[in-house]
Amino acid sequence: MQPARGSLLGIEHLDASEVLKILKFARRMNPDKPRPLLKGKRVVLLFYEPSTRTRSSFEIAAKAMGAHTVLIQSSGSSIEKGESLLDTGYTLRAVGADIIVIRHPNAGAPFVMAQHIDIPVINAGDGLHEHPSQALLDAYTILRNKKSFKGLQVAIIGDIFHSRVARSACHLLSKFGVKIILCGPEELVPEIAATLTNGIRVTRNIEEALRGTDVIMLLRVQKERLAGLRIDLPEYVARYQMSSARLKMAKKDAIVMHPGPIIRGLELTSDIADGAQSRILAEVHNGVPTRMAILARAAGKMK
Amino acid sequence: MSARNTTSLLIKGGRVIDPASRIDAAMDVLLKDGRVAEIAPPGKIKSASDKFDARHLVVAPGFIDLHVHLREPGQGYKETIATGTTAAAAGGFTSVCTMPNTAPIVDSPEWVDWQLRPERGAQANIFPIAAATVGSRGSALTDFRALQRSGAVAVTDDGKPILEDDIMREALTRAAEINLPVVQHAEDTRMTENCSMHAGAKSFRLGLRAMTAAAEASIVERDVELAMQIVNARLHVAHLSTADALKAVRRGKRAKSRVTCEVTPHHFSLTDSDIPDYDSNYKMNPPLRSTADLEAILVALADGTVDAIATDHAPHALHEKQVEFERANFGITGLETALALAITRLHSEKRFPLARIVELFTAGPARCFDLRGRGSLQRGSFADVTIFDPKKRWTFEASKSLSKSKNTPFDGWRLTGKIVATIVGGKIVFPSQ
Repeated sequence: MQPARGSLLGIEHLDASEVLKILKFARRMNPDKPRPLLKGKRVVLLFYEPSTRTRSSFEIAAKAMGAHTVLIQSSGSSIEKGESLLDTGYTLRAVGADIIVIRHPNAGAPFVMAQHIDIPVINAGDGLHEHPSQALLDAYTILRNKKSFKGLQVAIIGDIFHSRVARSACHLLSKFGVKIILCGPEELVPEIAATLTNGIRVTRNIEEALRGTDVIMLLRVQKERLAGLRIDLPEYVARYQMSSARLKMAKKDAIVMHPGPIIRGLELTSDIADGAQSRILAEVHNGVPTRMAILARAAGKMK
Repeated sequence: MSARNTTSLLIKGGRVIDPASRIDAAMDVLLKDGRVAEIAPPGKIKSASDKFDARHLVVAPGFIDLHVHLREPGQGYKETIATGTTAAAAGGFTSVCTMPNTAPIVDSPEWVDWQLRPERGAQANIFPIAAATVGSRGSALTDFRALQRSGAVAVTDDGKPILEDDIMREALTRAAEINLPVVQHAEDTRMTENCSMHAGAKSFRLGLRAMTAAAEASIVERDVELAMQIVNARLHVAHLSTADALKAVRRGKRAKSRVTCEVTPHHFSLTDSDIPDYDSNYKMNPPLRSTADLEAILVALADGTVDAIATDHAPHALHEKQVEFERANFGITGLETALALAITRLHSEKRFPLARIVELFTAGPARCFDLRGRGSLQRGSFADVTIFDPKKRWTFEASKSLSKSKNTPFDGWRLTGKIVATIVGGKIVFPSQ
């Protein structure tokens, strides 16, 4: 079965024009001026993984448009009793869900769900695969700070391999011809990452990544993921941490982004996180209108 | 099976391809009392109670599959010996070697005997492969002699590798004493935890943790090294899938070690880039590999490095496959598509002679496990015969499969080459009468 219209499973198979449509619609959304586009609709937030930002902003977005939301987490639900992904989906459908927003530790889980259920499925992050709403809100944030994607250079620094945010960002930016530089140690940024889409270059050298860069996207580095690698924590910090000194290597008007949660003192210093060029909290803020647009699209109300 | 026919059957007018006897010619074959009674030029053999018209068809020794999972004992919801061998017969296989990773594990003579009992309802000959270590836990070896006496033709911990060097060395040494092959599922599981496909551009794009070619090759290299050191050791590499592992097998063969290997139809037909997003009917272990690996396999199939085509038929119920890709069971069915894939891919596309393909299904596998009287149509051999139409075009439909499970990536494939009849012990078992 084809995924229902309005599903958002990833950025990869989305047209550039569709991306622009969502971003344009997001600009008209304001959570403080509720618009009842989803009045009476039931939005189920099905979270198999912990989440603060994504969950709360989908919930606020849905409520700002008049929807009812139901949160289901793996603990305290039938999932804990061994119910399969599809059975959970069929059950939610039967109970009257109109839209399912799903976060799952396994890549492709939203895709499997969407192939079997006739309501829109929105991927709120699946394993190492994609995190499309994050990529869209990041694109929204970039466009609030830069005139257009044209001629932009974006450096993504950190654990690319384990990052669904990075994969979605690459797919999105590449659709608009953005130059993408991936930077980090080999274990976290394998050469194969350059095959993901067009316009990607891999470098181990942060100076090279920053030179001429308009947007710096940092990714969280999980300590446990460094375990067993050839690089240790102090070395990572020495080579890849974003600091004021390093920020100067980028363009003067470069902005710093991070999907969160940030670990101060690891992938970035506090003066970067709190500095004038940081857009980290703006991203969180922009998450709500972006997700309002995503939900409106799912409900067939994005006009 | 002890299908002993008092009547005789004359297979007339076919093209007999029997690589073991170096025959590729128009011949008639007379089966009598469960054996090949006579093989002679057309029209020379008179009198027989039944005749089979094999004009325009290839008459080959009964096919042998060295690697099938028939799931009994214990997992009859996926497949039974009866349903699995029915599918085998439909695919032209008259003999199948069953893997011991059932529930419980076939690690005792009692379970081997259980698999061989007539009440299992086997439609083809069963040759059990028993576990190499108790419970396939990789530590204490099973009783190879007793297992062999009860009918096991090889030992393996298939599904899992024997990782410990000392245990593998001991297994090869003890098996060598009784001329028993040790079959290895080559995968360094320390390198493949939570992995569900081959490591490459596709796995990166799908965000799936992935197995490197090195995880297979490193084990094959170690095993070949051991086989070269141990006198009379017999190593059989199961479902070999990477170019580097082939290099190790070649090294062993050049050194005149008793190293053999098998390749599956899916590994010579598909690569990782063919996997539709998160379609678990393309998930198996070893996984679909790179184009370079597939090319290397084609060379090795042609030059004799590969001894046999084996299906690794691994049926699973729908609910075990219709889940998150990473949580889906490994394995696909393969008995009913093996010959057609070989003819389509190897003969039609790559110009392999039909005789080489038949060899990979008959004489090759028979040699790997010393299946005496099988894999040949020499007079006195068992009356196991596979008759196929090498030109017939057809579409495989998974829903019509005779296996209990339908987990195949080849549903809807247009293929060339079709089984017309399968004869086990002189009795036509496919099509069922």
